[in-house]
Amino acid sequence: MSEEQDWLVSVSDSGTLVLAASGGWTLAASARLATVLDGVQPEPGAASRVRLDLSRLDALDTVGALLMRQFRDRMSREGRAVAIINVRPEHIALIDAVWRAADSEPVVPPKKHLIADTVEAVGQASLKALSGSVELISYLGLVIATLVRVLTHPKRLRLTALVYHMDHTGLRCLPILGLLSFLIGVVLAYQGAEQLRRLAAEIYVVNLLGLSILREIGILITAIIVAGRSGSAFTAQIGTMKVNQEIDAMRTIGLDPIEMLVVPRILALMLVMPLLTFFANMVALLGGATMSYILLDINYYQFVNQMRIPIDLGDATVAMIKAPVFALVIGMVGCYEGLLVSGSAESVGLRTTKSVVESIFLVIVLNAFFSVLFQILHI
Amino acid sequence: MTLTQPRPAADTVMRIRGLVTRFGGHLVHDGVDLDVFRGEVLGVVGASGSGKSVLLKAVVGLVHPSAGTIEVLGHDIGSLSENRRIALQARCGVLFQDGALFSSLTVAQNVAVPLVEHTGLPPALIEEVVRVKVAMVGLPADAALKYPSQLSGGMRKRAGLARALALDPEILLLDEPTAGLDPIGAAAFDQLIGSLQHGLGLTVFMVTHDLDSLAAICDRIAVLNDRKLLVGTLDSLKQVPDRWIRDYFGGPRGRAALRTGA
Repeated sequence: MSEEQDWLVSVSDSGTLVLAASGGWTLAASARLATVLDGVQPEPGAASRVRLDLSRLDALDTVGALLMRQFRDRMSREGRAVAIINVRPEHIALIDAVWRAADSEPVVPPKKHLIADTVEAVGQASLKALSGSVELISYLGLVIATLVRVLTHPKRLRLTALVYHMDHTGLRCLPILGLLSFLIGVVLAYQGAEQLRRLAAEIYVVNLLGLSILREIGILITAIIVAGRSGSAFTAQIGTMKVNQEIDAMRTIGLDPIEMLVVPRILALMLVMPLLTFFANMVALLGGATMSYILLDINYYQFVNQMRIPIDLGDATVAMIKAPVFALVIGMVGCYEGLLVSGSAESVGLRTTKSVVESIFLVIVLNAFFSVLFQILHI
Repeated sequence: MTLTQPRPAADTVMRIRGLVTRFGGHLVHDGVDLDVFRGEVLGVVGASGSGKSVLLKAVVGLVHPSAGTIEVLGHDIGSLSENRRIALQARCGVLFQDGALFSSLTVAQNVAVPLVEHTGLPPALIEEVVRVKVAMVGLPADAALKYPSQLSGGMRKRAGLARALALDPEILLLDEPTAGLDPIGAAAFDQLIGSLQHGLGLTVFMVTHDLDSLAAICDRIAVLNDRKLLVGTLDSLKQVPDRWIRDYFGGPRGRAALRTGA
């Protein structure tokens, strides 16, 4: 037992177990030291007193002091009086501090019940969803009221912020939006051409492309990219400001965060979204036309001519009606989730994810609603 | 420039020679020399923006100096391999200004991180050690289960200290440790540092503005002034004919702290 020798030497005395601690009782040696201390198992009734001599102890740290305490407690429980002797002056303060800390009651986390906890979680989630939707509606009202106030008092409009956000959400979105729309147009034309060629009705690729892109695809692609790009940015920006207490600071200065932060963002998005949609539509059609030219030998002139047959002004305006509505939804959700951030960096990440998922979900649901509505209105 | 007696080199746990730190065109340190001796509490003071925190970051290897060497516990931190640098870092505990707790973990889990990563202790013992460290820094026991965002600024700082102390480091580096604590808590914190330092031979490198801490627990004080470092004791520094140093120690707050502390 050479290891044991390093830390603990036992010297038997009549009725008293004398242990001499030596070496370093430190974190580095603690795992083995714990085993050695556990190995001290005197016969029941053999030693009524234990004396721990620290005169040869080289180094002691908090873990060593804690193990000493645990050893003493175990001995006391077994009915042995423990005396710790020859404590070096420099160890007294440390042992005192650790032992006092060890006196603190351990906190037991509340017990878990599978069924009860599940029921509770479901209940909590339902209540939260309910109060969440009530809050969202009141927030919608607040934003619209502020929006109207700002628009009727144009002096209150933060023009710099508005232009800044139009630049970031609009202009800087063009390259990625253009690329993706072009590729979608290419893919649609390719798939359509494959099917329609079997019926010798290749020219109807143009009808397919024109209707689907102008009515549905262009606006959806735009909305999804904007939600992923700008909606998430809104949440992260406002959320980080919330963490930094910038929102609180604004309120104390008498600035309205809705007016300062939310309105410029939503307004900017509502202004650029129709433009982005128009751009996406045109580029997607260009992609489709290019593919039609390559695959089906339909030149651009034929393409435009053919497109004038199925498509009227209504089809072209459908997307432009949807665009500001989708922009409002994306901007609202993005800013709302940002304002809900609480405290930590983790919360910012969580809310950003939620914001993107929620806004895309709402956009697709609203799109379905619009399709039905336009059907009824014969647009 | 050193105003105290030279000591044997074996006692030196940290040796900085000719440290130059530069951010772009901005020169932060210009030829800083510093020896930190085992078992002492060194307070680093200086005006806001004088590079105190940068000095601390350079010592723990977060900022790379433009010139000069930093030796910590006999190792030149600029030329260490990745593994040895990590091993060295485990021997230095750092408390950042606002605690820098991991926000996705509870306080107890935060304190357990270094223990789980760097030791092979059984989970039950880790739990005990965490409980002791949390109690040692003066946090109520139920704070252990809370997340950093649920704690006040002062409590976050204490939790950060508990994490810095988790591995019983030889060197404890503190960045403004008592800022944000109430006076009673700050005094208790000073005492805790003192008792730990006695028990473990702990060396404390403390960036601070707290004149009470300086008077109560610091053995020596390093003043970062005009990109240079001036080291001395409270009394020797008071004699230095420099405007900033005179204003710092001789101002109303300085005088009050020194009167009660000395």
